[in-house]
Amino acid sequence: MMEWMPQGLWFEVCLKVFFAFMMVGAVMTMAGYSVLAERKVSAWMQGRVGPNRTVLPFVEYIPIFGPLLKKLGMFQPLADGLKFLFKEEIVPGHVNKFYYYLAPLIALVPALTTMTVLPFGQMYWNDGTVSTLALADLEVGILFVFAVSSLGVYGIALAGWSSNSKYSFLGGIRSSAQMISYELAMGLSLLPVFLWVCAPGSSESGLSLSAIANSQSGGAWLFLVQPLSALIFLIALFAETNRLPFDMPESETDLVGGFHTEYGSFKFGIFFVAEYAHIVIGSAIFTVIFLGGWHFLPFIEDPWPANWIGSLLGVGWFLAKTIFLIFFFIWVRWTLPRFRYDQVMHLGWSKLLPLALVNLIVYLLIVTVIDQNAAANL
Amino acid sequence: MIAPDNKEMVNITLNGIEVEVPNGINAVEAAALHGKEVPHYCYHPKLSVAGNCRMCLVEMGTPMRDRASGEPILDEDGTPKIGWVPKPVIGCATNITPGMHLRTESDLVNECREGIMEFLLVNHPLDCPICDQAGECRLQEFATDYGRGYSRYVERKNVKPKRTRLGPRVTLDDERCILCSRCIRFSQEVAKDDVLGFVDRGSFSTLTCFPGKELANNYSLNTVDICPVGALTSTDFRFKMRVWFLKESKSVCTESSAGCNTLVSSREGTIQRITPRRNDQVNDTWMTDSGRELYKLVKAKSRIRRPSFQGSDLPLDDAISQAFEALKNKKIGVVASCHSSLEEQFLIKRLVEETGAKVFIRGHFGEDDGILLSADRTPNLRGALVAGLTNHYPSDHLNDLNESLADGHVEALLVIGEDLKDSGVNEDNLRKVPLVFLGTHQNSTSDCAEVVLPGLTVFEKSGSLINRSFFLQSFDQAIPCPAGLMTDFKILARLIDLFSEDSIAPSELDQIWEALSSSENSVLKGITFLKIKKGAIQLDESKWEHLSFVEKEALHYLPTGVIAS
Amino acid sequence: MAKTVVLERKPLSFSERTYLPQIATGLKTTFSNMFKPKVTLQYPEEKPVIPNNYRGVPTLVKDPNGREKCVSCQLCEFVCPPKAIRITPGSVPEDQDDREHVEKAPQEFEINMLRCIYCGYCQEVCPEEAIFLQDEYSSSGFTREEMINNKEKLYELGGTIPDRHYKWDKKKEAETDGNTH
Ligand code: SF4
Ligand code: SF4
Ligand code: SF4
Ligand code: SF4
Ligand code: FES
Repeated sequence: MMEWMPQGLWFEVCLKVFFAFMMVGAVMTMAGYSVLAERKVSAWMQGRVGPNRTVLPFVEYIPIFGPLLKKLGMFQPLADGLKFLFKEEIVPGHVNKFYYYLAPLIALVPALTTMTVLPFGQMYWNDGTVSTLALADLEVGILFVFAVSSLGVYGIALAGWSSNSKYSFLGGIRSSAQMISYELAMGLSLLPVFLWVCAPGSSESGLSLSAIANSQSGGAWLFLVQPLSALIFLIALFAETNRLPFDMPESETDLVGGFHTEYGSFKFGIFFVAEYAHIVIGSAIFTVIFLGGWHFLPFIEDPWPANWIGSLLGVGWFLAKTIFLIFFFIWVRWTLPRFRYDQVMHLGWSKLLPLALVNLIVYLLIVTVIDQNAAANL
Repeated sequence: MIAPDNKEMVNITLNGIEVEVPNGINAVEAAALHGKEVPHYCYHPKLSVAGNCRMCLVEMGTPMRDRASGEPILDEDGTPKIGWVPKPVIGCATNITPGMHLRTESDLVNECREGIMEFLLVNHPLDCPICDQAGECRLQEFATDYGRGYSRYVERKNVKPKRTRLGPRVTLDDERCILCSRCIRFSQEVAKDDVLGFVDRGSFSTLTCFPGKELANNYSLNTVDICPVGALTSTDFRFKMRVWFLKESKSVCTESSAGCNTLVSSREGTIQRITPRRNDQVNDTWMTDSGRELYKLVKAKSRIRRPSFQGSDLPLDDAISQAFEALKNKKIGVVASCHSSLEEQFLIKRLVEETGAKVFIRGHFGEDDGILLSADRTPNLRGALVAGLTNHYPSDHLNDLNESLADGHVEALLVIGEDLKDSGVNEDNLRKVPLVFLGTHQNSTSDCAEVVLPGLTVFEKSGSLINRSFFLQSFDQAIPCPAGLMTDFKILARLIDLFSEDSIAPSELDQIWEALSSSENSVLKGITFLKIKKGAIQLDESKWEHLSFVEKEALHYLPTGVIAS
Repeated sequence: MAKTVVLERKPLSFSERTYLPQIATGLKTTFSNMFKPKVTLQYPEEKPVIPNNYRGVPTLVKDPNGREKCVSCQLCEFVCPPKAIRITPGSVPEDQDDREHVEKAPQEFEINMLRCIYCGYCQEVCPEEAIFLQDEYSSSGFTREEMINNKEKLYELGGTIPDRHYKWDKKKEAETDGNTH
């Protein structure tokens, strides 16, 4: 499908690396701007204005546009990043240095790795073929996502442990407990989706993210078909990304700062960005699985032409949905208070897990019935 | 001074309760003995009674007796009937008689006090915010305790001169004077320098000096102390510091062998003033003006603040080692001092024993004023005797040292504070030998010393001194010493440790006193430093009775030996 | 005795037990708040209105005749809980015509704004009504020394306050009216 391109392994590799950098750039930028969004949205919800002073030297003087950017705080992420970079690097004397430095990286890398399998659009080629836009459209995409993203907890647990401080330690412990609890419900909530997507006789694997997305094209979005799965997945997603009301590992009010209590300057910055990267990726995955990915609206065929313009519009539409979800994350954070730790555990094990099981069985039955009918009709 | 010294106790009834008091003391003191305050202004325990302020009014009565038979008249309930004097009497001039009845808290008494306070305050300025007496002012205290709490006086107050110079050290604020005449009586009776008096009448009465005279005697600042209000102020202390900031430490004046008890008031390590502390056996409630100035020595320009070796500064530890280097393996002469505390003198004695050194000591003498400035101008000459530094009465020179230096009997010198040139030692002789100087201030000797070890002033250390009547009295550290320095006896102890191979010299007050009080036939036997802190201790002076002490008869002092010519 | 009424708690309905409707209501509330007017003041450009009884930076004031009121009684220094005030008392020379009765005034008066806790005790204790916590609330500096307000600065910040405190004037009147000795 890439006939017009020069061939060769080295070229393939270079291209992939280039795309990877683009992708990292995009995700990190989005993470940075989610921080800004968080600050802005929280400010608006609380009757404040939020960051509105940072501006690049000359941009300010561009009429209308300059002041608007300033008012929206568009350059705040830049300033924040610089601040993290130039802050004094303090390492407490009582930490285990090696793991202490390793932890932020371990937290960030899984977040960035999951995005390799993230499909974000479709490419309509001139010859009429259609391919998925993703760094690697794995057959077992969703499994890969699960496998890698749960590695992120190691970063947090390691940070908590290596800091050698009780608050950090408690934060780390809580975080791992929470991850394990919600991982289960999360996985179980997705099984019916696979069952649903793998229509009998279909050649596509239901575990591929692009397949899931494409299955919703022109038909019902999966969250309409399986609202309970979507709800459980969403709640578990909140828990997995450590977002309020599930921010057990941080919980400033009782654990000072949780796992990153002893972290400052750029190391803290990495944790911070990793957290938001998780949110960005999480939102994207939810979009792909339950909100139809890059496809227009439920029951409506994509209105855009099958050429490069269509590809761009699709990607844009996908981005819009993801951004809305990020906003939803923020919205919920500034609406709900934090659960108590025992409540979190209770909800995870004795509410969500059974619910997900029941959900699975019910859809199992439904899918079996449908399959039987389909087989009979054949 | 009306309280007779007899110890005969009699019973009186104070506010309805029978109590025991010494016969003949006045009602103010009697009530005070049993915790009842009778406010007073003009009465001062060490001055004659004038009875002019009327603040001390109390009710007095005696059991009534039948004129004819002499039998006590009884009430209906069988208790003796009391004949109360119809008007209140002044407590300061009412002496106790057996069986007397006193009321210090009755309604009538309280009314009287309120009335007196109101009169006193009629023309009193609203000066408390700027008045140096505020915080220790009897007028303030009694106004709050016994006054009415508000003023009914709407007329204009009198205006009087506010900064009259009475003498070189005393400034008078006439508006604040309550005409108690304590200052006048003090000048007449204690200082024997009759210069103060009242002029004019009524509310225009004013304290003043007699024409052509001024309050310039060496006791003038005592008038400031006894003035119950802020009328008489010390020109030195005026407007310097409010009294409530001051930390007071007990000390002893080192001006002369009189050994006045003092209170050193300091704030944050800076001494602000020195005032006398009452001790009825030594200085009553007085001290000299010149003694009050001694605190200025702490910050004097000539103060030695750093140890030095051959003119260059070095840490104290190194300086002590250098001192040892300069003195060791030589025939040492030690010039001890009558200014040192008893503890220091004891350690010098110890050093002398350890090194076989020869001791030289001199006295400093001046005019005796017959009150509290004695002819012996050192605070602790008797300490040198008790510590065994000398058996003779020191003369005012060190000619023998000069000779010893000249003929080589002394090859190295340790000088404690003395100025040798001033003591008759030839400078050429002095330059021949290595010299270690331990003292507080620069003098010609410290200038030519090889090693200079800084000493501490009496305000920066603790210790004890023996005064002219052989009272052993302690002084407390009032302010911290300059950074990096050590109290003198610690320096001496270190020096001794360097000389002696097998023993450690006592370097804490308690250890020193353990050593001091343990020797069998010492007059200090059984004394601890804590005991001295609790009160002056009279030592047995019979051992030194034959010496001809120079002090003349003075306040609380009778010479025992022959008066020196 | 007051009667205690124990209220039965109504059992939660199914939808209430899922909490989802409540969460939705909450989301609605926060969302609608996003479009309400903002209350933030753009600080350095816009300044808040300082109420009259505001306790800002302590300052020294002068009387309407332009004379300094403080007599360095050091009561404020004494009462100040964090020991922020440091006064060096001084005397006023006799020949100062307008202040001949005052006698005492501070030579130096320092308030360490790094220590001050704005308790207002100094204002309360001052017998001369010379020290006031006024509307100045922003004090900043680059060094510790800059944060110590000296006498000059304190008078500059304080200005003049019309007062009812005419002690020294009364003294002067009494003197000219012949109550002198
Ligand atoms: S003498 Fe006492 S009452 Fe009078 S102004 Fe001074 S402190 Fe106040
Ligand atoms: S100056 Fe003081 S001591 Fe002298 S009469 Fe007046 S109040 Fe009394
Ligand atoms: S400001 Fe007031 S309280 Fe403080 S020293 Fe001055 S007069 Fe006294
Ligand atoms: S406001 Fe309180 S803390 Fe500040 S100077 Fe006054 S007394 Fe001291
Ligand atoms: S004390 Fe008795 S009259 Fe003054």
